[in-house]
Parts: sequence; C-alpha cells; structure tokens
Amino acid sequence: MIRLIKYLKPYSGLILLSVLLLFIQAASELALPGYMSDIVNRGIATADTSYIIKTGVLMIAVTLLSVVCSTAVGLLASKTAAGSCKDLRSDLFKKVQLFSNAEFDQFSASSLITRTTNDITQIQQLLIMMIRMVFYAPILAVGGFLHALAKSSSMSWIIGVAVVMLLCIVFTVFSLAIPKFKRIQTIIDRVNAVVRENLEGMLVIRAFNTQRFEEARFDEVNKELTAVSLFVHRVMSGMMPAMMLLMNLVTVAVVWVGASQVADFRLDVGDMMAYMQYVMQIIMAFLMMSMMFIQIPRASISAGRIADVLKTEPSITDVAESTVPMPRLRGEVCFDKVTFSYPGASEPVLREISFTASPGQTTALIGSTGSGKSTIVNLIPRFYDITEGEIRIDGMDIKKMSLHDLRENLGYVPQRGMLFSGTIRSNLTYADANASEEEIRKAAEIAQAMEFIEAKPEGFASAIAQGGSNVSGGQKQRLAIARALLKNPQIYIFDDSFSALDYKTDANLRAALKEKTKSSTVLLIAQRISTIRDAEQILVLEQGRIVSRGTHKELLKQCEVYQEIAASQLSEEELR
Amino acid sequence: MSEKKSSQREPGFRGGPRGMGEPVQKAKDFKGTIRRLSAYLFEYKKAFIVVLLFSACSAVFSIIGPKLLGRIITELYEAVMAHSAGITFVLDFQYINRMMLFLVGLYAVSSLFSYFQNYIMSGVSMKITYEFRKNISEKIDRMPIKYFDSKTHGEVLSRITNDVDTISQTLNQSLAQIITSITTVIGVLVMMLSISWLMTLVALLVVPLSGMATMLVVKRSQKYFKKQQEYLGHINGHIEENYSEHNIVQVFNGEKEAVRKFQKMNEELYDSAWKSQFLSSMMMPMIGFIGNLGYVVVCILGGYLAVKRTIEVGDIQAFIQYMRSFTQPIGQIATISNTLQSTAAAAERVFEFLSEEEEIEEVTEAKIPTEVSGRVEFRNVTFGYTKERTVIRDFSAKIEPGQMVAIVGPTGAGKTTIVKLLMRFYEMQGGEILIDGNEVRSFRRNDLRSIFGMVLQDAWLYNASILENIRYGSFGRSDEEVYAAARAAHCDEFIRALPDKYNMILNEEANNISQGQKQLLTIARTILADPKILILDEATSSVDTRTEVLIQKAMLHLRKDRTSFVIAHRLSTIRDADLILVMKDGDIIEQGTQQELLESKGFYAELYESQFTNGDVEEAAVEEVIKEERQDQ
Repeated sequence: MIRLIKYLKPYSGLILLSVLLLFIQAASELALPGYMSDIVNRGIATADTSYIIKTGVLMIAVTLLSVVCSTAVGLLASKTAAGSCKDLRSDLFKKVQLFSNAEFDQFSASSLITRTTNDITQIQQLLIMMIRMVFYAPILAVGGFLHALAKSSSMSWIIGVAVVMLLCIVFTVFSLAIPKFKRIQTIIDRVNAVVRENLEGMLVIRAFNTQRFEEARFDEVNKELTAVSLFVHRVMSGMMPAMMLLMNLVTVAVVWVGASQVADFRLDVGDMMAYMQYVMQIIMAFLMMSMMFIQIPRASISAGRIADVLKTEPSITDVAESTVPMPRLRGEVCFDKVTFSYPGASEPVLREISFTASPGQTTALIGSTGSGKSTIVNLIPRFYDITEGEIRIDGMDIKKMSLHDLRENLGYVPQRGMLFSGTIRSNLTYADANASEEEIRKAAEIAQAMEFIEAKPEGFASAIAQGGSNVSGGQKQRLAIARALLKNPQIYIFDDSFSALDYKTDANLRAALKEKTKSSTVLLIAQRISTIRDAEQILVLEQGRIVSRGTHKELLKQCEVYQEIAASQLSEEELR
Repeated sequence: MSEKKSSQREPGFRGGPRGMGEPVQKAKDFKGTIRRLSAYLFEYKKAFIVVLLFSACSAVFSIIGPKLLGRIITELYEAVMAHSAGITFVLDFQYINRMMLFLVGLYAVSSLFSYFQNYIMSGVSMKITYEFRKNISEKIDRMPIKYFDSKTHGEVLSRITNDVDTISQTLNQSLAQIITSITTVIGVLVMMLSISWLMTLVALLVVPLSGMATMLVVKRSQKYFKKQQEYLGHINGHIEENYSEHNIVQVFNGEKEAVRKFQKMNEELYDSAWKSQFLSSMMMPMIGFIGNLGYVVVCILGGYLAVKRTIEVGDIQAFIQYMRSFTQPIGQIATISNTLQSTAAAAERVFEFLSEEEEIEEVTEAKIPTEVSGRVEFRNVTFGYTKERTVIRDFSAKIEPGQMVAIVGPTGAGKTTIVKLLMRFYEMQGGEILIDGNEVRSFRRNDLRSIFGMVLQDAWLYNASILENIRYGSFGRSDEEVYAAARAAHCDEFIRALPDKYNMILNEEANNISQGQKQLLTIARTILADPKILILDEATSSVDTRTEVLIQKAMLHLRKDRTSFVIAHRLSTIRDADLILVMKDGDIIEQGTQQELLESKGFYAELYESQFTNGDVEEAAVEEVIKEERQDQ
C-alpha cells in the first residue's frame, strides 16, 4: 500500500483541496442541529416567527454550502483516483513489456493480467471512497464531539459507551464473518471446478453412466457452500438490527439523562434535541470508519500484488541500443557449451550444448518431450538468459547485442500459432508494417495459407478473434509461418510449427520454404521424422544433452534413440 | 469471443461496490420471469408469511418510538416554560422512567423481530439458491450434447455462479428490504399525519424531488458507465493478448507499438472513468441535500406551528426522526426497481437454461442389453448437425463382432460424428443403427452407453486420486482389479514411481502427470470397465515416443476380442482395419478395406501417397534397421 503512495503525489494538490472542502462540509453539517436548537430555545420560546424564518434561511444556505462542497470533493476524488490509476496502469504495463519469460513464469501470465486489470480497478474504487470518507469520518466525529461537548459535557459518557458498543458489534460480526468470506471464495472455486470438469468430461460421464456420481459430487460442494453462506448471512443479518437498536437506545439514553438536567435547568430542551443529533452523527462517522477498515485490507492485497510486479527487475537487461544501424547478419548461430537451468530450479535442463547452425542449412532438433528442444530455441531470442557458456551469432555474443537488433534478425514460429485479434492482414503485417500487397501474398503462398484465405469471403480482411480462436490449429500455424516469412529474417526458428498440418500440406510447405530460406539459417524442431529428414544436421536430444548428431541416414545407422523414434513412426512402410 | 471471455471473468469484478447508475441488464419477459420466480417462492409461503409478519411488527414497534420520545420532550419543555413563567410545575419522573423503560423494551422487541425475520429469510434464500444450483447441475447431465456445441463452458458456469448469486442476493436482501421499507413508509406516514398534515405534505414533496434528482443523475451517468465498461473491455483485451503472447510481441519487437496502443486506450478509459465516477458520486450529496432541505423546512414550519401551539415541541423532534426514516426507504425502493430488473434478467437466463430441451427417453419398453456380441450395423444413416446441412448421407455398413473400423480423414473432417451417433449423443435424422440386431433407439440411453468404452484424445480425469480415476464408472471394483487393469494398460510402472503411488491426487488441471500418462490412465479405466464395443481416439500428438509405444501396446491389448471404432491419425493402425471410413468435410466419402481404397485411387489413396511420397532409398534403410532389430530379438 505504502509503496504506491507516490502515485498520489501529482494529485496532492487536489487531495489537499478535498480535505479543506470536507472540513467545510462537516462544519456545515454539524451547524444544522445548532440552528435547530436555536429555533426551539429562542424562536419558539419567545414566539418569534421572524427569527425562526431567518434561522431557516440560514440553514438552507448552510445546506447548500455542504452540497457544493461534497460535489466538489466527488469531482476531485474521481479525478484523483482515475488519474493515479491511469498512471499506475501505464507503469505496470510498461514494466511487464520489459519482462522476460523468467518473470512471466514467476507470476504467470494470467496473474499479471488480473494485476493490471482487476487489481487496479479495485484500487480505484477504494481511492474514491478513501478520499471521500477516510478524511471526512474523523472530521465529522471530532467535530460532532466538540459540538456535543459545548452543549453538555456531563453526557459525554453516553457517546463513549455508544462508540465502544458500536465497535464491539462491528468487531464481533466481522471477526465471525470475514474468515468465512475467504472460505466461501474457495468453495465457489471448487463448485466451479466440479462444473467445469463435468462440462469438459461430458462425453466420458455419459459413456460411463456416472451422472449420479457426478451429481453427488456436485451436491457435496453445493451443500458446503450453502452451509457456509448461510452462516455468514445469518451473522451479517444481525448487524442491522443491532445497529438500529444501538441508535435507538442512545436516543432514549440522551432524553432520559437529559430530562433530569432539563428539570434542574442545566440544559435547554433545544440543546438536548441537538445533542441527540450530534450523537447520531458521531455514530455514523464511526460506522463509516469501521466499514473503511474492512475495505482497506482487501484493497491492500491488490496494492501489494501490484507493487510486487513494479519492484521486480527484469532478469534480462538490455544493452543500450546502438545508434549505428546494425549490419545485416549472415546468421551463423553458434552454441558454445551452453548450460541452462530455469530460475529457481536446482537441476539444469540443458547441459553443455554445443553446435553451429550455418546459413543455408537446416539444423533440426528431435527428441522426446522434456528433452529440451524448445528450451534451446527459446534461448536464441533471449526469452531466457543462459546460465553458462555462450551463444554467438556471427561470432558476437548475443548478450552484447541490443534485444531489438537481435530479435529483428529472427523469424520465430511458435508451437501454437499465436495470433492477435484483428484481421488476417493485420496479423501478417505485424512483422512488417510497410509490407507491400505482393509481399503479403507471396508469404501467404509459401506458407500454404492462400487457399483458405481466399476461401473466406473477406479474404485478407477476415477478422481474427482474440487468440485466433476462430481459425483452426493448422490455419493458425500457417498464418504464423507467413508472418515470420514477411519479416524476412536471416535466422528462422520453427518450434514444432508443422504439427497441426496434414502430411500433404506439410510436404508442400517444406518444399516452398526451401526456396525462400535458401540463404538463411533454419532451426527446426519436429516430432515427425518425415519433416526433418532432409536437414543438413540433425541433433538428437535426450534429457538436456545432445546424444547424437548427423544426417538422417547417418543417425539411422548409429543412433539408437533415433532408430527407436524412426521405428515407431515409419513402421507402416515396412509392411507396405 | 471477447464478450464470452468477460462473462467468464465476471466473478473477479464483483469485489467492488456497485456504483449507482451502472447500466442494468433487462429481462426480455419481465412479468413472465417474475411469475415463474414467484412460483418457486410459493413453496415457502409459510416462511414468507412469518417474514412478512415479523418485518411488519419490527417496523411498527420502531415507529412508535419517536412519537413517545416526542411526548416526553414536550413534557420537559412545558415544565421549563412553566417555570420561566413562574408557575411551579412538578415533573413526573416516575412517568418518564416508565415511558423510558417501555421505549427500551419496544426498541429491543423491534430489533429482535427484525433479526428473526432476517434469519428466516436467509434460510429460505439459501435453500432456494441451493435448489437452483442443484437443478442446473443435474440439468447439464440431461441435456443433449448438441446444446454445448454453441455454448462456451464459461456461459454455463456463469449460470451457476453469477446468475444464481444475483437471485440469492435479491432474495436475501432486497425482498426483506422491500417488505420493511413498505411497512415503514406506511407506518411513518400515519405517524406523520397524526402530528401535522401540513408538515407531512411538505415532507412528501421531498419524494418526487429526490426521485427526479436520482433519475437525472442515473440517466447521465449510465452513458459514461457504458463507455467505461466498453473501454475497460478494450484495454483488458489488449492486456490479455499482449501478456499471453508476449514472446511473439518480443520477437517481432512489438513492445513500442503495444505501449502506444495501450496509452491511447488508457486515456480513453481515464476520461470515461472519472466522469462516470463523478456522476455517480453526486448521487449521495444530492439526495442528502434534498433530505436536509426537508429537515430545514420541517424546522421552520414546525417552529412556526409550535409558536401557534398547533403542535408541540416534542413533535418537531419526532417529525425530524420520522423524516429520516422516511427518506431512507424511499431511496431503497428507488434502487429496488433496478435490482428487480437485473434479478429478472438473471432468473430468466436460469429458467431459460432449465427449460432447454432434454434428451427424452422415448422408449416405453426398453430392451436391456445382455450378452452383447458386438455386431454393429448401419442402415441408411443420415445426419446433419444442423437441419440445413446434412453431412452423412445414406451410410450403410456391417461390422461383425471383434472387427475393427478405422475412421480417417484430415483434421476437422468430423471423424467423431459416427461415434457420437452410435452412442446417441446426437440423434440421426434418418436410417437406423443396430447392435446385435437391436435398434439403438430401443435401448435406454444409459443402457446403450454401458455397452461402449471410450478413450478420447483429451484424456479426461478429475480432481481425485489415481485409484479413484481408474475406478471411475466401475465403482464396485476392488483395488486388486484396479492394479490389474493398470498393469494391462502399462501404467502400473509409472504410477508406482509417483510419490503417493495409486493414492496420488491429480490436481485440478491434472498437470502433475504428463499427457501420455493421462492417456494411459484412461485406457486402464476402460480396461476395468470391460466394455463390449470400443471407441478409441488415438491422437498422440503431444506424447513422447516412448510413452506412445506404450499407448499403442495398451490399445492393442484393449482392442483384442472387442469390436472397435478407431479414430485413426496414423496410417499404421489402418492396415489391420476390417473397414476404413474416409471422411472429409463431415461426410463419409469413401469406405472399404485398405486394399480396396488404394485400388480405387480416390481421396484415401491420395492421403496415403502424401504420407509416404518420400518413400525412397532412405525408407528402405529404415526397413533394414527395423528388420535387423527384429531378427536380433
């Protein structure tokens, strides 16, 4: 919470002005009972109607003043909250842009999303309330007490008792309810989880006829949720009646105690009436404050989550961008005894990886899941930094290049063809905003995407939904390939990017790519032997090490792991 | 899509207090929905009558208070005035004390009534909420699979959580509030009238005034709230996309552009955010101002009338208190219309869901499948997911017990359609399917499905132990039988290597074991279930080679002596098939054995060619290697 205070600094003027206005508002609110007391004590007692009306007009003026103040505070609070949250959101977003995969792993992308969206909205809500109430409630309470004291000092104990009782009620109710609130949240999560499982496993559930079992499973969490919420509701529903009782009793107490004082002429009747209203205002102020204290912890969790992101320094630091444009690279990628372990992990996932991928050649990586294929290629764009060894491009350590220059030379196609919302065109030109129509078409053709793009009524202008959810997996992959081609890089990285394509498209695509990538360095990960068999160099990985390297032919002869993979995939042919 | 997303995320947004003037969702058929909801509530009519009575009592008791208090104040005032006029006036303290005690009792009883009313109400509303959730969850099991083709999981989930929650909140708070508010308003009105009709008239003027003020603010702020919601949606979408695909952003050096876009959206959001917040923050002061205005007028008028001796001084005090308790429920009633609207909208969605068509058992005398041999016959089957588009036309085939049917075709060709028809997840439009000579529709769905065993591409496991997951669907089996099934499915070995072995709990995403291991578990589950007819989806795309070999072996074991339908992704499976169905764009375009299909030189032959085009010298090399290996063994 404290760490985010600096975001309020630019608005400190507005906040100061708000406090000032709140003072005026409280003063005018508290003046009203005094005027009423005057009407009773002097106006009615002396039957002076003109005095009554004069006082009344004054009261209206004071009321007007109060409403002007509170509206102004509303304006200032809204501007302050929305403004500081805008700055905060912007800083957070910029910070996340600098994060490498290490930080994304640490927080998880979905958590970062909620932090940038939900948590900030929470804080904005709280800020508005804070400004309007946190200052106002104490002012009102203290002011009310002073006014009450001026009317009668001997009844102060009533206020004391009332406040203590109020705090007791609030404390009891919330100490009973708040722990359960958290529990409710976790049970709701479980209810959701069961329903989600039911929806995802619908076919299985029906095939196994386990509907009754699933219903019982749901009923269990449903019952639990019902029981806990019932408890909370019942506790909470005691709050209002208790409050009402407290306020009513306070009124009675004031009159009761006041009666004898009036009888002894130590107190005017009008003052007693005013006193009752002051006590009400004080109780209200304390009520406001206790509500605040319930809200603050919730928002401070949000604030803490945001502050955690802001204070995290990206593990990959960029060298200052060189002013001289980088000469076009040849694209020779060289791994020199590279060892890598994920941040926080004890065991390295890659050990002493050394190889050179030369321009004009295809270097393929193959191995079972978890053998470290993707990890190797993810090190080239510096999604992670290596633990030991060196990665060089054209003989230059990639840590010495600026991230921008390095990445400018890479064409990366991920396993899941990841697309952005927009159109097919906007996704392709993401690589190069100035690409010509011809270039776009050419790239789509090579990627074998032209056929389905043209089949769409709107062609390149067809909309792509968020995450590319409205195109199939194979289409996504092809578009992602076309996007990488448009960038025209020296180094291509295909991370199992052909997996969703059928054999025919896969073959056509590779044939077309060959021409395009003639002089580039190509790094290729694949599961299918047929995809990589033409590679100039195949690296066979197992448990983070290169266990063998060579061409398809050579490996079939020498490498056992490779034989095993080949045998499982190519066994159709043997019986053909 | 973005809309669906946001509805899924809604629970997260619920934390903050609902600003006034936020746009309300409206029900299409408000009256009908309310009527239906009332029917639900009618079951609890006894409880409601008690609640009504209690809240009325509570209101009445608390309303008498100020009037009595006013009388005491008057008494005091008279005494003071009399004294200043020089007349001795003895205050009857005994009377005052009695009145005070009476008041304390009155207020205590009123609060007790109010508490018990709340207590009963929460019981009822929780029960109704429980019923709703139960009904929805059971409904899911009875609905045709077809329904879920067009609905995301998030939508269904939001029925169970958000919508039911909205209804529950209304029942719990608003309903009792309406009752209390109405009794309070009526009671207060009576009391006020008993003091002075003139002052009551003035006080009543406050109502339309604050109503108008509310309307004014709500109308204006709603526009900005809508805008804010919209911009928030945009910016959230941008953030989501940017964060979840940050590697692409980075490798294409798209950070600067992303920030530029973000800043623009952020500015737009700021602009609508502060305006909507400001407008909604005006509500309270405005209503407060009008309330104060009433207060002042009452003071002036009361003072004037007191001078004229039309009313007593204590009445002014009482009237002020009544005014306060009058404007409050009026404000509540104003917001209740909004609450009712959104409740009706939520209830409508729930009811809509509950009255969706179900899978109906149309058989009167259902056959019970015993001793199924596994002969399956398709006769002129016609089917389409939508009425407009028939995908399977006039399909006929005969499968003998123990035979294997392979279904092949490119991704998205609808390979699972036949399977879904076979198990009656969908109803065919024409023709019939016979199992051992019995039409599938002559069985009860549950009985029919118990004939089949299924291993799907997305291995479905639930949040429980491995043991329970294997035993799923055959709950009566002993632990030993589970172990035997696991051994047969080649998963015993890896399970025993796990920290808690068979008792290891699979977490919610079931990502504490690998994809391949998950598939092996579902195979074990199917082995244990011992079905007569098998359905296997053999996609193993994200599985490493060694596990894949295990899966193949396990599936082979499973297929033995059973009629099987295999959704094939590798042509290696196909050569053993007794019948191959070739699918494209949802339709079965070719059928026959591998030999027949290759000879006909159709789509299958093309598919086959493309997979093995590069069959040249190197292929021969592989064969060599493999043959050698075999000989070695």
